[in-house]
Amino acid sequence: MEPQLSWYLALSAILFTIGVTGVIIKRNVIAMFMCIELMLNAVNLTFVAFASFFQDVTGQLFVFIVMTVAAAEAAVGLGIIIAIFRNRESLDVDEASILKL
Amino acid sequence: MENNILSLIIFAPLAGAAINWFIGRRVRDERFIGIVACGSVAISAVVAFYLAFMSGGALRTTTPVLDHIWTWLQVGNFRADFALGMDRLSGTYALFITFVGFLIHVFAVGYMHGEAGFYRFFACLNLFMFSMLTLVLADNFVLMFVGWEGVGLCSYLLIGYYFDKKEAGDAAKKAFITNRIGDWGFVLGIMLTFFVTGSVSFFANPAAGEAAHTALSFFRNQPVETFTAGAIFAGGATSIAVLLFIGAAGKSAQIPLYVWLPDAMAGPTPVSALIHAATMVTAGVYMIVRCSEIFVHAPTAMLIVAIIGAATALFAATIGLAQNDIKKVLAYSTISQLGYMFLACGVGAFIPAIFHVITHAFFKALLFLGSGSVIHGMHHEQDMRRMGGLKKYMPITFATMVTGWLAISGVPIFAGFFSKDEILWRTWSAPAFSLPSPGFSKFLWAIGALTAFLTAVYMTRMMVMTFWGKERFRDAHDSKHQEPDHHHGSVEPHESPWLMTVPLIVLAVLSTVGGFIGIPYALSSRDINVIEHTLEPVVATAGASPVAHAAVVPEGEHDAAAVTEAAHATHSSEELNAERTLAGVSVLIALLGIGAGWYMFQKRPLLQMPRLLENKYYVDEAYDAALIHPIEAGSREGLWKIIDMGVIDGLLHSIGEVVQEMGRLARYMQAGFVRGYAAIILVGALILIGVFAYLGFPGV
Repeated sequence: MEPQLSWYLALSAILFTIGVTGVIIKRNVIAMFMCIELMLNAVNLTFVAFASFFQDVTGQLFVFIVMTVAAAEAAVGLGIIIAIFRNRESLDVDEASILKL
Repeated sequence: MENNILSLIIFAPLAGAAINWFIGRRVRDERFIGIVACGSVAISAVVAFYLAFMSGGALRTTTPVLDHIWTWLQVGNFRADFALGMDRLSGTYALFITFVGFLIHVFAVGYMHGEAGFYRFFACLNLFMFSMLTLVLADNFVLMFVGWEGVGLCSYLLIGYYFDKKEAGDAAKKAFITNRIGDWGFVLGIMLTFFVTGSVSFFANPAAGEAAHTALSFFRNQPVETFTAGAIFAGGATSIAVLLFIGAAGKSAQIPLYVWLPDAMAGPTPVSALIHAATMVTAGVYMIVRCSEIFVHAPTAMLIVAIIGAATALFAATIGLAQNDIKKVLAYSTISQLGYMFLACGVGAFIPAIFHVITHAFFKALLFLGSGSVIHGMHHEQDMRRMGGLKKYMPITFATMVTGWLAISGVPIFAGFFSKDEILWRTWSAPAFSLPSPGFSKFLWAIGALTAFLTAVYMTRMMVMTFWGKERFRDAHDSKHQEPDHHHGSVEPHESPWLMTVPLIVLAVLSTVGGFIGIPYALSSRDINVIEHTLEPVVATAGASPVAHAAVVPEGEHDAAAVTEAAHATHSSEELNAERTLAGVSVLIALLGIGAGWYMFQKRPLLQMPRLLENKYYVDEAYDAALIHPIEAGSREGLWKIIDMGVIDGLLHSIGEVVQEMGRLARYMQAGFVRGYAAIILVGALILIGVFAYLGFPGV
């Protein structure tokens, strides 16, 4: 049986939901960060699936943009995480709730 | 006829003002400032005389001298140029303004000697000359209004010259604000004129490509409006005339807007002489005579002018009887004489009104300058109760003021006699077209005659209190000796320097012989009424039917001989006899007035006058109670406490409170927990998706 478009979309929805749930329930910054990456990649999967379905390369181009932004975001995000850890010796986001380091 | 040096008349004083303001304030040399100020006015005077009397000049032909400087406003068919026009009327005005103005400038150089604001005074005085000449020479209503406001501004600046005195500052504000009420009427009148006629110009100027008719010539072939009160609100000539008269009443200090003029005496005396006696306050008369074409089509407005003029003349004369400040006497006298001029306008005697403006400019400027000389010689004492016996100390001032006194009282030979007598005669014989009943002209004449009597009385009182009798200034000085900040040196009055006495002498000569330009036919049996012949072509005739008028005046071209013959034809022998009798009566009135004044005040110069008169009928108090206090109270209780503090501040405060309250609620969303924010974003996204899912995507 040929893989259908809906399969890809379903998989992507599942990955995205896992990502969202992770962001909301996890306290560890690293884990939240990974969940955000998961959401981004779920969206990437959708793009690729639609690009293939519609035979339109634009979707694939968009994926590259998302990956670029994600890489930049990762650099900044990891930097912030390191700064938080150096100050607080902890990666629990609920402790970082007073708008200053 | 175009002649570009006409603009020099107005721009020379403007240049003088600029030089004195920017350079004079640094040089601080009285000789430099005085020469610049007087010189610029002298240039104006020379140019004015040249343009008036050169061959083909404004007073020798009936074609005005025009000078189109630039096109100022042009919107649709509305057109107002910065253009000047000198015809016989504005030429006459320009002549006496520049000449009397020059004399007063010279006088002021002596009078203002040693003042700290010397340069400021002369800059303002020159600016005033610029504004006044713009007003007079303007070729259209809008430019005239510019001059009109300009003289108001300069009047404000000069009344408030001693701005460190509260009295002077208040008087300046009072003059400015009272004039605003009049200007309101003037502006509306200009608008209505344009609305009705489609033009604001006075002179037809084909070269500039204007409308076929001017604002004034439009009315020439219109029927005379009905003589009813309803015509005032009909939006035609009568409405325009009434609105213009409101403007004139403000500028020329007529009831009920006269209250600013007595207070304006807080300014230096040359200002009182130039602005508040000789020139600015007669601008209203000029405007009405300029618009005589409108007024002769508006009998209702003419009646209003006549009644207000007569009432003002009598009212101010009675107040003048009881004033003790020498300048206040002259101020009320000025209001009274202006009332005369408006009475003349109201009965259609426009030329005698202008004649009286000119003679009044001579003798009232003389009297004011004479009072300035007295004040100067008395070390800034203005109260006549502390004068007396000055004729020994100030012989030149005394002699010149005597001529002014005789002139204003209406003694024959002197200038005031001819103009005043002419006004009284023309009032007596006024055409019936603007009068409710034929006897009404006799009633107006009676008021005029009574005013003439009172004028002679109060002027005699002023002269007696100042120049005759016991010398009271020493007593006054002794009682004032305790005052620490009194001037040092001699209290003896002294004669003024030549800079001040020479203008007095020139004006005294003019006050004596100035009336000879208007000797009526009845008194000379010869046709030597120069002023009448000069102004006849430019002034409309009251009561003439439009058809007859058009026949006498074909297309504005005047046949001087025809006009003169027409004038001769009106001299029937009964009329001549009546005019001669009335002239005799007015001489009698003048002499009686002087006699009564002499009899009453020679022995008792300090005679207590009725309190009601001394307190000016409590008009200022009544205005305070009726207008100013309600406005103040309304502003404080209503505008400030309710509108400003309640509505405006309240609105701003409640906006602030709403924002604060919303912020307080929104603060709960900002707990600081990252996961909370993520949850809010999620909920928002779900709501958004839900909305789209429920409503469908737009366009899909």
